[in-house]
Amino acid sequence: MELISPFDFVKRSILAVQEYTYLSLRSLTNVFRTPFYMADTIQQADLIGVGSLPIVVLTGMFTGIVLALNTAKTLESFGSLSMTGRLVSFSMVRELGPVLTSLMVTGRNASGMASELGSMKVTEQIDAMRALGTDPYKKLVTPRVISTVFMMFFLTIISDLVGLIGGWIISFFMLGLDSTQYWNSAYQILHYSDVVTGLVKPVVFGFIIATIGCYFGMTTKGGTQGVGRSTTEAVVWSSVLILAVDAVLTQLLIVLS
Amino acid sequence: MPPLDNAISPFDEENLDTVHKAIIFENVSICFEEAPVLDGVSFELRRGETKIILGVAGSGKSTILKLCLGLLKPDSGKIYVLGHDITTMTEEELFDLRSKVGIVFQESALFDSLNVRDNVAFRLLEEHLPEAEVEKRVRESLSFVELEAAIDKFPAELSGGMRRRVGIARAIITQPEVLLYDSPTGGLDPITSTTIIELIMKQRDVFKTSALMVTHRLQDGFTLATHYFDPATKHMKPSDGKPSQDIRTSFMILRESKAVFEGSAHELGQVQDPYIKEYIS
Repeated sequence: MELISPFDFVKRSILAVQEYTYLSLRSLTNVFRTPFYMADTIQQADLIGVGSLPIVVLTGMFTGIVLALNTAKTLESFGSLSMTGRLVSFSMVRELGPVLTSLMVTGRNASGMASELGSMKVTEQIDAMRALGTDPYKKLVTPRVISTVFMMFFLTIISDLVGLIGGWIISFFMLGLDSTQYWNSAYQILHYSDVVTGLVKPVVFGFIIATIGCYFGMTTKGGTQGVGRSTTEAVVWSSVLILAVDAVLTQLLIVLS
Repeated sequence: MPPLDNAISPFDEENLDTVHKAIIFENVSICFEEAPVLDGVSFELRRGETKIILGVAGSGKSTILKLCLGLLKPDSGKIYVLGHDITTMTEEELFDLRSKVGIVFQESALFDSLNVRDNVAFRLLEEHLPEAEVEKRVRESLSFVELEAAIDKFPAELSGGMRRRVGIARAIITQPEVLLYDSPTGGLDPITSTTIIELIMKQRDVFKTSALMVTHRLQDGFTLATHYFDPATKHMKPSDGKPSQDIRTSFMILRESKAVFEGSAHELGQVQDPYIKEYIS
């Protein structure tokens, strides 16, 4: 393993942050500049959104089931089993829906973006694109960022809903709770700010997933081994950033609401 | 193409002959991670000329081609391409200029998710040309490299030589004024290599395109210098057997980041420098 001095490490880290910031800003400013790659954006939305639907539904369902099982045990000891729907709903919509959906999409799509763009980079396809007069940031990065942000919003809504259904399955079939009571309590606990929090987070997380995936892909070096490294780093950094930003965003949205 | 803001000024044009010179390198240096790759390299490519760039691996040959397209920026020095100082141009401005410069990459760099038609038509599709026009020009380009039959194939289904020919078709589809070839015969068998060299010669002699060709294979350079393309037989023919008669092909040799030789095939044969003599022997 290559040993680097602390000075070089700091220098490389600052350079990486600078390059990531540049890529993120360009992906945003390109939204307002021609040409628009609508077909590429729709294709990516299909790959990211529709393609991620099965894992998002499964994750949401099992999270709702586990939430209901765990909270019911605690609530039962207080004689408040009827509050199961409230806890499942509150946890899913504010926190678990957005975060778990993002982590699932990270595993599937940030890795996919990093490996696809990384392969293009090491086989000089990105250079070829530039040589042919096409801006790879516009053609490759911006469609992925737009479609991930857009689809994360809807995937999270689906995940929340499926999670609530998972909670209802446990509440109704195992705990013997009344369906109307479950859905009423699940609905009543949610305030406007909770829904806003639950829908702002996936948009921010979607941006992180796409920009991190594209950043590691576009900066890949070192052949197929480099592609593997970029893919791993994209998933790790995207997951860590999602959890870190979630902590900051949660506090920020609490203060704002 | 709209006029570029930083095209060289009339004053500079008086000093730089951009009418007869397609590419000018002035004291260009570039380092990768503090290791010099090119150190004060200067040369000129005349319009209609093909310059063969030779040198051992890592001597900076491919870097020169990437610098010509603005894919890399030099640390110092000036590069003029078709009259534009590309060292001061932004990426957006370079996209316009690149439509006049074609490149064939070492490993072809075809888009592996697109078929041959879409690879060759990439630039035209980006310009949203009418479908019929795109189809016509793609077929013309593929016909030039004799690969019309492979139009619906994907790069993975092609041999190395076919990929190189598709790369040439993609580079010439816009009839660029300058072509850059990065080891176009590298890793190919002798027969396929000859086919590729013949295509490069055809482009040089039929369309009079200026070209820089990076290669490890000295014989490719000498073939270009001693042969011409005969449109009647559609094959190359020896000019008169004497490299010195060739006026459109020149050589440049790089050694340890510096250009150590620049001249014609005849001058290359006469050189007394021990390194160059060993290199060409």
